[in-house]
Amino acid sequence: MSQSNTQNILDNPKFAELIQKRSAFQWTLSIIMLVIYFGFILIVAFGKGFLAQPLFAGGVMTIGIPVGVAVILSAFVLCGVYVRRANGEFDELNRQLLEVLK
Amino acid sequence: MKSLIQSRVAGIFAALVALMLPAMAYADAIGGAVQKQAVNYEAIGMFVAFVGATLYITYWAAKRTKTAKDFYAAGGGITGFQNGLAIAGDYMSAASFLGIAGLVYLNGYDGLVYSVGWLVGWPIILFLIAERLRNLGKYTFADVASYRFSQTPLRSLAACGSLATVCFYLIAQMVGAGKLIQLLFGLPYAAAVIIVGVLMILYVTFGGMIATTWVQIIKAVLLLSGATFMAFMILYKVGFSPEELFRRAVAVHPKHGAIMGPGALITDPISAISLGMALMFGTAGLPHILMRFFTVSDAKEARKSVFYATGFIGYFYILTFIIGFGAILLIIGGDGAGNFPFMKTPPLPSDAAFKITQIIGGSNMAAIHTSNAVGGNLFYGFISAVAFATILAVVSGLTLAGASAVSHDLYASVFAKGRATERDEIRVSKLATIFLGIIAIVLGIAFEDQNVAFMVGLAFVIAASANFPILLMSMFWSKMTTRGAVVGGWLGLLSAVIMLILGPTVWKDVMGNPAAIFPYANPGLFSISLSFFGIWLFSVLDNSPQAEKERGLFESQYVRSQTGLGAEGAAKH
Repeated sequence: MSQSNTQNILDNPKFAELIQKRSAFQWTLSIIMLVIYFGFILIVAFGKGFLAQPLFAGGVMTIGIPVGVAVILSAFVLCGVYVRRANGEFDELNRQLLEVLK
Repeated sequence: MKSLIQSRVAGIFAALVALMLPAMAYADAIGGAVQKQAVNYEAIGMFVAFVGATLYITYWAAKRTKTAKDFYAAGGGITGFQNGLAIAGDYMSAASFLGIAGLVYLNGYDGLVYSVGWLVGWPIILFLIAERLRNLGKYTFADVASYRFSQTPLRSLAACGSLATVCFYLIAQMVGAGKLIQLLFGLPYAAAVIIVGVLMILYVTFGGMIATTWVQIIKAVLLLSGATFMAFMILYKVGFSPEELFRRAVAVHPKHGAIMGPGALITDPISAISLGMALMFGTAGLPHILMRFFTVSDAKEARKSVFYATGFIGYFYILTFIIGFGAILLIIGGDGAGNFPFMKTPPLPSDAAFKITQIIGGSNMAAIHTSNAVGGNLFYGFISAVAFATILAVVSGLTLAGASAVSHDLYASVFAKGRATERDEIRVSKLATIFLGIIAIVLGIAFEDQNVAFMVGLAFVIAASANFPILLMSMFWSKMTTRGAVVGGWLGLLSAVIMLILGPTVWKDVMGNPAAIFPYANPGLFSISLSFFGIWLFSVLDNSPQAEKERGLFESQYVRSQTGLGAEGAAKH
């Protein structure tokens, strides 16, 4: 890759837009995932009683089961949310950006 | 104040102990002596069918493996969905399947907490690492780590980090394979190790990454279908009511209602956070997993592959949780007619605490026995064959990653300084594969009676303290220099190895010394910090002209990592 291409892209306002939008989205999702995971772990460590409560009066299933499954699902859903926007909106922006060089 | 400090110290200590947790799960799977079982013909038959199919694929792949790109990266022609299955396959090792099901069998809910920790690293890898890695790399993660730096020192470092990770992981898998197969197939230990070693040499030398990927995909599909069938049959037995499954499990388990909530596994948040970090950093530094990102055509497919992988892995952990609870019903509860076919000694009906310890082969056999209970001998044979196939697929990926470090990083870049022809490079890679395979067989047999579980811990710690810091910093930090990366990387690598050898797992337990010189079982927290600190300090202090040049190159690297401009495309066939 030549130096002029690099400079071309760095000077392109679309590049700044792409980086700004995508980075913000990447970090937001990363923080959401970390908050969900470490929030879950903090409840496990400090609020054992909360997760061990029965989901229904008289039942055996506890609140912890759907919560644990929800954490697993959230990882998958967050990945889906990211891939959808990155492969759509961001890649389109990226394509327009690289178009300029042709 | 004093008590606060004391509790802090206790917390940090607990954190370090917890860093060893992943290794402990393996410890159960591959530690201790194993009673050889009667020859299991169903399992052997199905395994032979698997081997036949995979050898055919290797033959097919060999005809398509012509260039270096085919050999290392399957020509860049793997789709995101296929790669997602392959990544999930690399992650769903025999140890994690049997180990987590066994953990649920013993502790219930804690098994779920534990498996969540194995999963959450993947979204972070997707958001922050996957596409940059794909855009910058070609065949190995060293391509990315050394992108704008002096090739010789950084490639040597990355190759040593890769080889150390691969070798320790490989030995642990070989020993695990030997023991598991003794237990499941009734084959002699040495025969099992030789079969695994010879097959992996065949897959990798003839079929390269194409064969290695397809072996992993087939195994992932078999494992996911087998586990799905087991979970379905368990739910069928309880009328598809999870409430009924839990009710019956609580009734027979010695811990009763305690298995439905968090127990003793995680007692303080610092330990859990450290565990999560170790798993994330370790996973993001495993060379055989990082290599998979170069088998897809572009960043788009790389993203998709992590999305699918996360889905498959998450689904697999939910299945494992159901299987663990099913094991409680079917093993501790017996067959409902007062028989306990999976117990060493028929227990008294009232003594549940005794019963849970009487499972044949230990708690790691929980999933295997459950397959027998829900699907009979034939399905038991199938799951046993899948467990064997799992080990085979994982060791093949490891061997390919190790061989690539030798041929692509050490031979082509360090010794031949980029002047080696593609043919020579592939030839070196094949020789390295054969050599690694023979070493793995020899060491696998030599370590038969050793507890090698610490080696998995070591592989993870090295990946997290040497490979991951230089990879991450090279992509994100413009001011890193060759000197900083080399000093920090070696600090991480050597400190991890030295502290682990001087620590309790090796110095005391393996070498038999009365007390460990280094007090903590897992040095991760120290060695990871040391590595990052070393990279920072020696980069900041580096004012050489070379360092200025390297900092200047960051911009073009940055543009390429973000936009894919100039990135490696798929091979043109």
